[in-house]
Order: sequence, then C-alpha cells, then structure tokens
Amino acid sequence: MEQKNKTQVIVVGAGPAGISAAITIAKAGKEVILIERGIFSGSKNMFGGAIYTQPTKEIFPDFENSAPLERNNIKHNYTILTEDDSTTITYRDNSFHSNSYTVIRSKFDRWMSEEAKKAGVILVTQTVVRELIIENKRIIGVKTELEDYFADIVILADGVNSLLAKQAGLRKDYEPKDIALGIKEVIKIGKDKINERFNIQDDEGCITEFFGYPMLGQLGLGFMYTNKDTITVGLGITLSELIKNKTKPYELLEKLKSHKTISPLIDGGELIEYSAHLIPEGGYKKIPKIYDNGVMIAGDSASLVNNLHWEGTNLAMISGKLAGETAVYAIEKNDFSKKTLSLYKKKLDKSFIMKDLKSYKDLMPIMHKQSSSFLDYYLRKINKFFKMFIETDSISKRNKFHKFIYETLTERNPFELLKDGLHIIKLLWGILK
Amino acid sequence: MNIDDKLAKVKYVTDEETHLKVTQEKCKKCKQKVCTYICPANVYEWNEEEQRIIVNYENCLECGACRIVCTEKSIEWQYPKGISGVTYKFG
Ligand SMILES: Cc1cc2nc3c(=O)[nH]c(=O)nc-3n(C[C@H](O)[C@H](O)[C@H](O)COP(=O)(O)OP(=O)(O)OC[C@H]3O[C@@H](n4cnc5c(N)ncnc54)[C@H](O)[C@@H]3O)c2cc1C
Ligand code: SF4
Ligand code: SF4
Repeated sequence: MEQKNKTQVIVVGAGPAGISAAITIAKAGKEVILIERGIFSGSKNMFGGAIYTQPTKEIFPDFENSAPLERNNIKHNYTILTEDDSTTITYRDNSFHSNSYTVIRSKFDRWMSEEAKKAGVILVTQTVVRELIIENKRIIGVKTELEDYFADIVILADGVNSLLAKQAGLRKDYEPKDIALGIKEVIKIGKDKINERFNIQDDEGCITEFFGYPMLGQLGLGFMYTNKDTITVGLGITLSELIKNKTKPYELLEKLKSHKTISPLIDGGELIEYSAHLIPEGGYKKIPKIYDNGVMIAGDSASLVNNLHWEGTNLAMISGKLAGETAVYAIEKNDFSKKTLSLYKKKLDKSFIMKDLKSYKDLMPIMHKQSSSFLDYYLRKINKFFKMFIETDSISKRNKFHKFIYETLTERNPFELLKDGLHIIKLLWGILK
Repeated sequence: MNIDDKLAKVKYVTDEETHLKVTQEKCKKCKQKVCTYICPANVYEWNEEEQRIIVNYENCLECGACRIVCTEKSIEWQYPKGISGVTYKFG
C-alpha cells in the first residue's frame, strides 16, 4: 500500500537517545524523521548534569570544539551530611583529561539536533506523538496531533514516561519504588565567585554528591554541579519514599540548600530556574521488552539508567546508536520483523550498558531493604568517627578509640551487623564476578 | 523560599484546556491523596469545602510523578499540546 508521509524510520523524542539513533541512520544514507514535542530539542528536558566525554565522542567525534559546554569536571566530591556535620572526599584530576562536561540541556540537546539536521535527519518539533499505529501486530507508524506518519521502523526514545512503550505492550505500569523524582534549582552566582568557592579555574568544573541529610534512611541523593556562571543544586528521591514519609520534594530541597555545608556556596545567588523530571531506577530487572515487530526502544524509555553513577545520557546515546545500526541493517535486509530487530538486543547485551546494569542488579533491592543501615546508621557513623578523631578534649586517644569500637560492636546487634556484611558481599560479588 | 517563588521562575505557555483530568468521585474516596504532596509543582490541592481536587494544571512541570503514584488511577494524564506547557532554559 502506498502511504502518505511514509519514511524508512521514525524516531520519537529528540533527547540524547533519539538524536543518536537518528544521526546513525541518516549517516548510513537512510531516511529518518525525528519527532519532538518541545518547541526545540531540550526545551522539555532537565538533568543533573554532566554528559560523558568518551560516549559523546562516539556520536559526535568533534563535539569538544563546537558543542555548548559549560565546564570540564576535574573535581568530584562525595559528601556525607548529617543534621550538623559533614565529611567530604574529593578526587581531583589535574591531568587535562576530560571525563565529563556540565551542559545545559536546552542548549546542548538543541545543538545535537542541529548536528542531526546537518547529517540529513528531518526534525519535526512542537509535535506530540499521541499513539502508535499498529496493524497486524506490527507497528507501522505514529499518530500526532496533526498528521499520521508511517515508517518501516519506529524507534521510541520518548524518555522515562514513555506512554508509547506501554501502548505497544512493551512495558507495564511503573511502581513508585522503581522511579525517582529529580528536582533542581539553577542559581546564578557569577563566574569568579564559582571559581573561588569551588577552588577551580575558568572552564573547570566540580561535581558534588550528597549522601544522607535531609534524606537520611531514604533512597535519595543530593547533587551540585557548576556551570559557567550558575550552580545547579538538586536531589533525586524514590517516589515510594515521598509517599511513605508524606514529604514535599521542594521542602527537602530547601533543607538541603540550608545545610551549613551548602548554604555558603550558593549564598547571594539568584534563582533563575526550577525544574523537575523522573529517573527510571528499577535497574536490570525492570528493563522492558526492548524490541518487537517494527519497533525498538532506547534510553530512558527502556529504563537504561545506572543511577548510582548518575549515568543516563551515555546509556541513552549508545543504546540509540545501537538501535540506529540495527535499523540500518533491517532496511538493507528489507525485513522489519522482531527476529531481525533482535540484533538490537544482542548488541546491547554485548555493550557496557547491559553488562553494567546486570552487575548492579542487586543494588536497588538491597538499598530498599537496608536503607536504615546503609543510608542512615553507617553514614552517621562515618561522621561520628571523624568527630571523635579530631576532638581534642584531654581524654586519652586510646580510651576514645576503645569507646568508639565498643559502641560500634554493641549498638547494632551481631545479627544486623552480619546481615549488613552479607549484603555488601553480595553486592560486591555481583559487581566483580 | 516557597514553591510559588520557585514556579515564578519557570517559563510556561498556558493552554486554555487542561492536560490533566481527574475523576472527582475517585478523589473523594481516596484516603492518602498522595498527589497533594508529591507533585513538585504543587498542582493538586484538596478543597475541603467543595470536596474536590483542584488541578492547577498551568503549573505542571510535566514530570509524570502524579500518574505513577495515584493509588486510584484517577488521573487521565497526557502531555500538553506541542506548543504549550513548560519550556526549560537551564534544564
Ligand atoms: C535529576 C536528574 C539528574 C540526572 N543527571 C544525569 C547526569 O548528570 N548525567 C547523565 O548522563 N544523566 C543524568 N540523568 C539521566 C539523563 O537525563 C537521562 O538518562 C537521559 O536524558 C535520557 O535520554 P533519553 O533521550 O532517553 O530521554 P530524554 O532526554 O528524556 O528525551 C526524550 C525526548 O522525547 C521527547 N518526547 C517524549 N514524549 C514524546 C512524544 N510523545 N512525542 C514527541 N516527543 C516526545 C521529550 O520532549 C524529550 O525531548 C539525570 C536525570 C535526572 C532526572
Ligand atoms: S492521589 Fe489520585 S485519587 Fe487520590 S486525590 Fe490524588 S488524583 Fe485523586
Ligand atoms: S506531571 Fe509532575 S508536575 Fe505535573 S502535575 Fe503531575 S506531578 Fe505535578
């Protein structure tokens, strides 16, 4: 049947996954339409954030010379917060190597989409795909508010909410324990003050992750990133925690911002934007079916996020690329069946994406089970250790060390200590085996 | 800083039609009313007098949290039209 608006591939969603898929297809000389609901790519998107240099180069080899980048993150802080103290470990790389850059999605995604257009991708913005068109159990196109579009293959890269993956029967409804809510504020401070406060120079960036307060005992992390002249501060917390504790997310953020370890860093700054977005964090066990007749899903819509490492855009880019390569293969074979598209799954399995997600598959279940120990007790214990260690109070060190050890051994019963130990071994074994 | 001050910094194009519809009958029976505290934009408010949920859809940040947490499956949730809703400048 000859159809109007028929192309070889439709990609839904112009985030990192969709753009990487589309660009891969266009570079192979095939037709691709990329549909984005926002006024421009990136206008609906927010993240922490940093994009990772090596994976980004796989899609945009020369991006460091032309993309809108904020700062090269040479400094990484891990900070444990309790109500009235904090411990920080800093790693700083002075070797000019770049692992990641902070970016602003409305600028960076837009830039990526312009690159895609240069490669031959047809970008359609301000257009929401409302439904998939399914015929004889095969996806043959999409319905938007205005028109229907048809294609041999549809790639879903529509992000975490992916109502389309659900319509296609590729995934079930999410459970609140498998999804986190991220909120953040962007605060204008000025370049010089940022350099001073974070001990960095122009173009050098600092990432900070906060464990504990105000989410002690809960599955939540705070974060802070430096942009050129703004600072991003935010948090991500699992929806089931917010439900259980009846907390308003922005009230948690206010508490985080007012902690004495953080407030001087943002002091005198002006709030210029507040935003919210979900993070899929069900991990390996919650990855949906990622392909079927005429369809593949990539990025957040396939739950491809490694939340402990704040890795999402890289998994999105590489899964998008692999879906794109599979689409090109299917077009050349002129076969769009799930059997042919199963190549996508094979490629993903072989990549770091599935390997990493599989390694970390026990992380979230263990954290849910042991949140009161790993996300409260031990965090407090680390801060207590340092408090004890630095205290100069005319009590002999030996006595203080003995007391600390005695307390550690007696305040948790041996069974709990053993359970925590076993969970750590299970987790490490899963990652290292 | 309260939530209204935060939302005042967000750029929206408001559609005259809501993209979030609730079934008031379900909301009336709903005990926990999770939507009223979980939404990062404070979109849902329970009006005790009128016994109904007020949906300030024009403040929605389009995150999708309410849809997942609503225990009664009361929310008919969709993205706003392509030209409307939130536009992030610093996301
Ligand atoms: C608070 C927070 C912090 C994070 N920090 C980091 C970080 O520091 N580093 C990192 O690598 N990752 C981070 N992530 C994760 C990362 O943002 C995501 O994994 C990544 O954006 C996924 O890319 P994607 O292309 O799959 O989806 P998205 O980036 O969500 O893109 C989906 C696109 O599809 C469009 N769309 C959706 N539905 C439709 C439709 N029906 N029709 C048309 N268009 C549609 C959307 O407008 C959007 O442009 C963070 C996430 C959050 C929420
Ligand atoms: S949680 Fe759902 S059912 Fe309950 S009040 Fe909110 S929208 Fe209504
Ligand atoms: S989508 Fe997010 S911001 Fe919008 S109403 Fe639901 S919870 Fe609130």
